[in-house]
Amino acid sequence: MGNVGAKEIPVLLSPEGLRIDGRRLDELRPLTIQAGALHQADGSAFVEWGANKVLAAVYGPREVHPRHLQQNHKAVIQCRYNMAAFSVDERKRPGLDRRSQEISKVIGEAFESVVFAEEYPRTSIDIYIEVLQANAGTRCAGLVAASVALADAGIPMVDLLPAVAVGKVGGAIALDLKKEEDNFGEADLPMALVPQSGRLVLLQMEGHMTEAELAQALDLGVKGCREIYEKMKQALRERYAIGPMAGASS
Amino acid sequence: MSEEVDAEIRTTHVLDLAAEGRRLDGRGPDEYRKITIEPGFVATADGSALVRIGDTAVVAGIKLEPGKPFPDTPNAGVLTTNAELIPLSSPTFEPGPPQPGAIEVSRVVDRAIRAAETIDLTRLCVTPGEKSWVCYVDMHVIDHSGNLIDASLLAAVTALAHSTVPAKRFEVAEADYPLDIQHYPIECTFVRLGDTIVVDPTFDEERAAQGRLTVATDEAGRIVAMQKGLVGAFSPDDVKETVRRAFRHGAELRELAKGGTP
Repeated sequence: MGNVGAKEIPVLLSPEGLRIDGRRLDELRPLTIQAGALHQADGSAFVEWGANKVLAAVYGPREVHPRHLQQNHKAVIQCRYNMAAFSVDERKRPGLDRRSQEISKVIGEAFESVVFAEEYPRTSIDIYIEVLQANAGTRCAGLVAASVALADAGIPMVDLLPAVAVGKVGGAIALDLKKEEDNFGEADLPMALVPQSGRLVLLQMEGHMTEAELAQALDLGVKGCREIYEKMKQALRERYAIGPMAGASS
Repeated sequence: MSEEVDAEIRTTHVLDLAAEGRRLDGRGPDEYRKITIEPGFVATADGSALVRIGDTAVVAGIKLEPGKPFPDTPNAGVLTTNAELIPLSSPTFEPGPPQPGAIEVSRVVDRAIRAAETIDLTRLCVTPGEKSWVCYVDMHVIDHSGNLIDASLLAAVTALAHSTVPAKRFEVAEADYPLDIQHYPIECTFVRLGDTIVVDPTFDEERAAQGRLTVATDEAGRIVAMQKGLVGAFSPDDVKETVRRAFRHGAELRELAKGGTP
């Protein structure tokens, strides 16, 4: 999208229907989730997803800062998604740019849709997402990490929130775009699913799609989310298993 | 405190009405408020429009200036969009750096304009790599009674469609010429109120909403952008149905953007 005057466009889809990294259209990149990756945070997770490396930490429920954001009948959920300066090819100026602020907002709202915030009035649940290495799909990787971190922190929620981006590459609907596919593809559609209800709490889209393609993309994304959901649950089981299965220490 | 209580009462009322298929202002779930569009509202801009959707009002102004293309797109002009939610327009807005709400509006509007290829940026290039037009799209929300995204994009697209490239003033060409519009993206925003999904939410409806969904479509039958916002959820079937409604409303709103309302 929007590659006016850009360099050569790579071949994104082989005649056999394989993608630039050899994946099928409905195949996820390798995903590993480690629940409980940090020591100071109340909950944390580290996600490696394709060439993405994303950390999430959860603090709280704790006192609200700044104070005036405090709500009398529920916890406020504050989310900060940030990309490290070295996480992309060309150094990114440190700090929250507009893209990061928008992503922080929609991720925060997604979690507000599933966290039982009314259990903790006058407190704040702070979610920090730090992208260390980026290769497309960082908001979804951040959501997955933050969701596991919330569970790790013992915050009561309706459900975990698996997330994935579906896109359109070489005219075909494809699951979990990597960087080249995102840069040169025709559409990008990140989403986060509440597996229990089958509803979406995050949904964004940019590019070109017909109605039929969108329907196909939604179905593919929901399927991908369910696959990711299993890995999220597995990560939490490993963290809290007793005995030889025990995972990372905290 | 009384403000909080007032908000609570209104929210309950909006949701109670929605359960009966009614709305505070008497509209049906699939009805927009009255829309008026006034192109050329600001004479000092290179293109402008004042858009009203009910009691919501947004002014968009276009300014074109010669500048430098980005190094990675040497053959294209530069497009910059910005939405200002100024304190004048609502008691809920405070002065200072843009809040997440304002950033979301400008980014969602920007996404639709860009993805739809509303203007052909290559035609804004003067000398590749050196000189190109920079097109600033500034949107000022002046009265906030809900649904800022739809009003802002409608104002921006109308303003772009009525813009002149000031080539003579900047001594780039012999004469000014109209800015070319390739596509007309239109955004339609819906909110969930209980089991009903209504179009064109008012301020009170947005506050009561259990999720907001914006769908941008163009005249070529493409979906070019989407954004789910606020706390709440939509099923894939909700999304598909909403897209159908967005295409239908989009076609009507597009005609208004092209012609302006009398």
